[in-house]
Amino acid sequence: MSEREPPYLYPDYVGTRLRAPAKPLVDLPEGYHDFPAPLFPRTIAELDHDLTRQHAGEPIGERIIVAGRVLDSDGRPVRDTIVEVWQANAAGRYLDQDDQHPAPLDPNFTGAGRCLTDGDGRYRFVTIKPGAYPWKNHRNAWRPAHIHFSLFGTEFRSRLVTQMYFPGDPLMPRDPILQSIPDQAGRERLVSRFDPETTVPEWALAYRWEIVLRGRSATPFEDES
Amino acid sequence: MSQPLTPSQTVGPFFGVGLPFEKGEQIASPGAAGAIRIEGQVLDGNGDPVPDALLEIWQPDEHGRYRKVADGKATGFGRSRTDAEGAFHFVTVKPGAATAPDGRLQAPHLNVTVFARGLLRHLVTRMYFPDETEANAIDPVLNLIEPARRETLIAKTCGGVLHFDVRLQGERETVFFAI
Repeated sequence: MSEREPPYLYPDYVGTRLRAPAKPLVDLPEGYHDFPAPLFPRTIAELDHDLTRQHAGEPIGERIIVAGRVLDSDGRPVRDTIVEVWQANAAGRYLDQDDQHPAPLDPNFTGAGRCLTDGDGRYRFVTIKPGAYPWKNHRNAWRPAHIHFSLFGTEFRSRLVTQMYFPGDPLMPRDPILQSIPDQAGRERLVSRFDPETTVPEWALAYRWEIVLRGRSATPFEDES
Repeated sequence: MSQPLTPSQTVGPFFGVGLPFEKGEQIASPGAAGAIRIEGQVLDGNGDPVPDALLEIWQPDEHGRYRKVADGKATGFGRSRTDAEGAFHFVTVKPGAATAPDGRLQAPHLNVTVFARGLLRHLVTRMYFPDETEANAIDPVLNLIEPARRETLIAKTCGGVLHFDVRLQGERETVFFAI
């Protein structure tokens, strides 16, 4: 387990207080969690990676490309793995009946996408930049703009659900969810960088974000044949 | 050279637009031979329902092997969110007994992964079957756990369904495993 992971109990993020396990996690013997990642039963359609083309019209907001690679901890590309994303619209509102933020919904934006990494572990989404939004964690609490990511990788231990942030967002130092990660280097790993090379002239800014998933445990008992 | 891992963040409350999918809770179809319905609730440290949790099940096949290639049949994976009462359900079939890497036979079980608002990292637990008394008694994982807490991992038969609650915190807290 990485010491760079957030703890379960982080009282500044109020939601953890009654949901963090109080008892220590039980360690299994070496290798007991070394089995393959789930086979995901959902198919991916050609336009699932483009969140701006799921409706009759185009969504309002700043069109962006979010792209990068998925690697394992040995630096090898993770191929053919599903990447699921979801996010708020440009006004900071999710298409969710429990989202009570009084900002407009966009009839041309659902805010969910999927893609499969290619042979080099690359993924690419076209979307609009999500807005910041208020939440009731503390007085005047606002989430920095972010996109939620969910990945499986190749091993059961690779599973990752996380959030990608945008460079320079002044809300990041005040966000207890991001700040729950104990070290600065770990927090920076969740911040994408502006990518002028991938930016398409006259069309969309691009942000690059690399994702590193846990592989098999260091010393498995035996190789699976 | 080992690359630093990308840290985890909470799934948040608004994953409904992205993660749940139609029939995600059906690992087996409800009419299939041996189909079992699993019902439960996710509860917080006050015993209150957690209405914004997502559970995933990943289980081996009837021979205790994890599928590596989709063959058009059920894959052994399911995903279901909780409702306003913190309730979830799955339909599946009992898996075979999986052999552990050290050669020991494990009692049939489902791997259950829990995501929720307020969980900065996901939690991993197991659901064992109440009609496997002998296999459960010698299961190498159940035997790592103090006897009083083992029962949190064994489903209960309840009116034709298996009942399995996930208690995130507090009295009768579910046993979760380091991953």
